[in-house]
Amino acid sequence: MAIPQEIPLLGWAWDDLIFLLLGGLMLAAALFVVIGRDIIRSGLAMIVAFAALAGIYVLAGAVIVAAAQVLIYIGAISVLILFAIMLTQTKAGPASLVFHRQAWVGFVTAAVLALLIIAAIINTQWPGREAERVAFSTIEVAQLLFGPLYVVSLQVIGVMLTAAVIGGVFLAKREDAHDPGDRAGSSLDRLTRPPAAASEPGGSRQ
Amino acid sequence: MSQSLEAYLVLSALLFGIGTFGFLARRNAIAMLMSIELMLNAVNLAVIAFGAFTPALAGHAALIALLVMAVAAAEATVGLAIVIAIYRNRRTPLVDEYASMRE
Repeated sequence: MAIPQEIPLLGWAWDDLIFLLLGGLMLAAALFVVIGRDIIRSGLAMIVAFAALAGIYVLAGAVIVAAAQVLIYIGAISVLILFAIMLTQTKAGPASLVFHRQAWVGFVTAAVLALLIIAAIINTQWPGREAERVAFSTIEVAQLLFGPLYVVSLQVIGVMLTAAVIGGVFLAKREDAHDPGDRAGSSLDRLTRPPAAASEPGGSRQ
Repeated sequence: MSQSLEAYLVLSALLFGIGTFGFLARRNAIAMLMSIELMLNAVNLAVIAFGAFTPALAGHAALIALLVMAVAAAEATVGLAIVIAIYRNRRTPLVDEYASMRE
């Protein structure tokens, strides 16, 4: 049995229904990320938002980007963030205030920003919006990436990722105890150590 | 609807607004980093949409999106390392308790 060209009762194309479902799912998950009280659930909802976005990429014809989205965001960044959440969670976390006391300013700012962008989108005559969507091949992307236009970006990204990994390890590692003296922590400790006289908010250090 | 550029761009703008709100309003430093990831994803969606509706740019848009993802991964690495390093000393992930500049 063949799938009908349009959805039987609504008369929409299937693409539209899938786009609406994925877009709604993505926005709902993103909203939950932002307003969720338990930050672990926020992290899990973020995975849902990333997955829905990967589906939208497929719908837009960018299959290679969808694959990269699954690999990089769902596979790597989400796991990284979940690990960081579990390393920094306190028992009082879910019970304490989620937002700043001045969060309404942030809400107004974000709403105004989004409305401005949407107004600009709607009021613009986009050239080529009726154009046929063209699927491009992965080979074309690879040729572009290693071609003269983007090869410098590729090199720079490689150097930057290396620097980020080394910097992340350097910032987060705790130096061992066989170097006594005041270098007991990482290099950031000198900057983040609370002043000795002030009372610390969440218990004593070490 | 999925055949119009505006739909993708409006979706991207809404996601960007949600990320902005989260970045400005959340107290938890990691939640702020997650909001930044949402904003980067919104930008990626806009880039992909422009590429999908401009045939000459389709490959370029995919490439730019991939580069943005690499930058996002680097940013998450360094940002989370900084949050963990601060947490080790201050014992809290809440940014409004990082008040050593005020003390």
